[in-house]
Amino acid sequence: MADTVYHQTGRLAQFVLRRDRIRIPIWLFGFLFFTLIVPIAFLGLYGSQEDRDIMANTMENPAMVAMVGPADLTNYTIGVMTGHQMLLLTAVVVGLMNILLVTRHTRGDEESGRIELIRSLPAGRLANLTATVSVYSGINLVLALLIGVGLYLLNIESMDLEGSLLYGAALGGTGIFFTGVTALFAQLSESSRGTIGFSIGVLLIAYLVRGVTDVSIEALSWISPLGWVTKTEVYGANNWIPIVLLLIGSIILFAIANYLNAIRDLEAGFFSAKSGKRYASRFLQTPLGLALRLQRTGIIAWAIGLFVIGVSYGSVLGDLDSFFEGNEMMMQMLDASGGHSFTEQFIPMLMVVMAILATIPPVMAMNKLYGEEKKGRIEHFLARSVSRTKLMASFLIIAVINGFVMVSLAGIGLWVASAAVMEDPFTFGTLFVAAIVYYPAILIMISVSLVLIGLKPNFSSIVWFYLFYSFMVLYFGGLFDMPTWLEKISPFGYIPGLPIDNMEITPIIILTGLAFIMMLIGFIGYRKRDIEV
Amino acid sequence: MSAVVETRNLTKMFGKFKALDGVDITVNKGEVYGFIGPNGAGKSTTIRVLLGILKATAGDATIFEKDVWGDAVEIHKRVAYVPGDVNLWPNLTGGEVIDLFLKFRGADINTKRREELIHKFKLDPTKKCRTYSKGNRQKVALVAAFAADADLYILDEPTSGLDPLMEQIFQEYVFEAKKEGKSILLSSHILSEVEKLCDRVGIIREGKIIETGTLTELRHLTRTNLLVATRSPISDLNNLKGVHALKQQEDAVSFQVDTEELDSVIKHISSFGIEKLESAPPTLEDLFMRHYEGEESGDKGGAANG
Repeated sequence: MADTVYHQTGRLAQFVLRRDRIRIPIWLFGFLFFTLIVPIAFLGLYGSQEDRDIMANTMENPAMVAMVGPADLTNYTIGVMTGHQMLLLTAVVVGLMNILLVTRHTRGDEESGRIELIRSLPAGRLANLTATVSVYSGINLVLALLIGVGLYLLNIESMDLEGSLLYGAALGGTGIFFTGVTALFAQLSESSRGTIGFSIGVLLIAYLVRGVTDVSIEALSWISPLGWVTKTEVYGANNWIPIVLLLIGSIILFAIANYLNAIRDLEAGFFSAKSGKRYASRFLQTPLGLALRLQRTGIIAWAIGLFVIGVSYGSVLGDLDSFFEGNEMMMQMLDASGGHSFTEQFIPMLMVVMAILATIPPVMAMNKLYGEEKKGRIEHFLARSVSRTKLMASFLIIAVINGFVMVSLAGIGLWVASAAVMEDPFTFGTLFVAAIVYYPAILIMISVSLVLIGLKPNFSSIVWFYLFYSFMVLYFGGLFDMPTWLEKISPFGYIPGLPIDNMEITPIIILTGLAFIMMLIGFIGYRKRDIEV
Repeated sequence: MSAVVETRNLTKMFGKFKALDGVDITVNKGEVYGFIGPNGAGKSTTIRVLLGILKATAGDATIFEKDVWGDAVEIHKRVAYVPGDVNLWPNLTGGEVIDLFLKFRGADINTKRREELIHKFKLDPTKKCRTYSKGNRQKVALVAAFAADADLYILDEPTSGLDPLMEQIFQEYVFEAKKEGKSILLSSHILSEVEKLCDRVGIIREGKIIETGTLTELRHLTRTNLLVATRSPISDLNNLKGVHALKQQEDAVSFQVDTEELDSVIKHISSFGIEKLESAPPTLEDLFMRHYEGEESGDKGGAANG
């Protein structure tokens, strides 16, 4: 019987590796590089314990705890600092990698009928799931060892072997856990989009729950798997229990996924797709309507997500306020810094993170135009009486409105929560303008996407690197003391950080104008080039 | 003759929907079995149950006298399958996929055979699957299937993307496999293809096999198409037993006759002085149409061929 179920698992595992022979090394190298470069940079920037204690002081507030988790700030060595600043965020990205890659090999292949081909060969019926789960558990183990040994080999005083291995294990453990989460949703959902959506949902909820509980009742954050990551206290207490929990959780998830896979029909799921409408509404019968309809669910999900992120950040502002009130030294420091409260000084940093997150859905909306082209569905439009300009404009309109809605919702969410928890709340106008001021930068990102689709569609994913770059320089720029010209390569670097900076209208106008010109170029290019078939 | 594939009372429910409702089919050794029916009738569901991909709700299904669900792996070592809608891994080449499929059976790859098939089907195996058209993806699956030394070929609308030349090549390989004593289960929409290739045919509708037998047997159940011109107009043709789909052409009449009534009808019309008589055997299409349209729309079906 076991042979019927698991036959050829080994060969399928090889096949999974063969298909990902480029992806896996790129991810692994990326994680290794970004993890190892951080302690080296910290060593240069915060070499002395005094420097690090100052850093620890600025970290000691609820907003930072919500973002990166708690840490032993009384013993802020290079090791503790690296673990504090980097481990949780890296773990989230490791989770994301596992979600994307595991979905590809499970529900992704099943949805497109490739599992059917495999199943028609002498392969066991659980072989593909088992092979995928085994390979990715192995990859995460390799990741854990690479990071662990790599960190240790940096030979930094506070980074001992046990702490380094635990650091790696926390990342690898999170990865294996999310392999399990994805394997489970690959059984429950009928599509790969659903699998990715639900799994990322779990990842985000785990992050938010951990943030909220870390700030309020820290013990409660044991309910979030991402809470376990910070509970390891790498290079300090070196607590291995969370790793054990991650592994036990993974085994349970694998077992459930296997069981569900065994009892369901191929290409069926447990969340059944409901049947849709018989007729297309009048609105759907236009390219604009279709473009919107195709993305409806995603747009709603992102809108809720950004609002929730705004609310989560807003809810810690109250704690931040009361925290500073009880701290006289801090109050004095604030007086010296031009009359802005510490809370106010946090706003631009929160805004830039939210604005960059709010850029993702409009850029996705724009790139959807090329996505449809690659799948050969653009022909359906162009073979009918729809001009290319009209088609592109339809997707652009969605993206432009989408960006405005997203960044507004993040700002509104922030205001709603902060108004409820702060004693002396910000006015709605202050926070809304501080959010919406980033809109021209979002427009630039949309126009970069559009111009690539118009001129060099093969390179349309470059816009994601550009956005990632913007995030890195604006979020970590201060921490790593990067030169300011690096920020100026990103449109987000030109936006005044309200309410701290003065409002400047010139960069806003220039960015908007530039976005408009790029869009024009994109439109001209799109009209001239071949459509891919 | 021993049965290679045998199902008895095969039933498959998807929730409340009954996709298969007691399907009985038998494919014998060295036989090409045509499995026909419209979209959604249950062809692919039957095939997927036979491949152990779907689990039957009730009934038995065996291949090589082994249970299709429990012994799936053992059975698949001797089975080659081609689906109608072939989806391949976009970043692998066609050649890689062919080798992968062959390797999966555990046997060594017969390189000579593989090359011959690639050449015959005019496939470029060095291209990535993402660049293949539907027809080319189909060819990859066909090459992988025929290059495997299988005893049973399960082909689910295998020619749906092929051009007529490639269809010809496909038919050659089906005949070759048959000559070697292998069995083939061919599900198809292309009735002329089934007519050409198949020894026996099963017609499925709404999850039930409604007709099965050799083509000759089935023809007995159906009608011959006649086109007749006579010196004097034929009277009473309409009221004659076994005459259907009567149509007045320019200077002749066309109609269909139930095979068992053919004798009496010919006797009747011969008395009007036959000038021209064309007869065409019932095509599978007539058969098919009769089964599918017969119940709803009377006798409108047949006259297309003649």
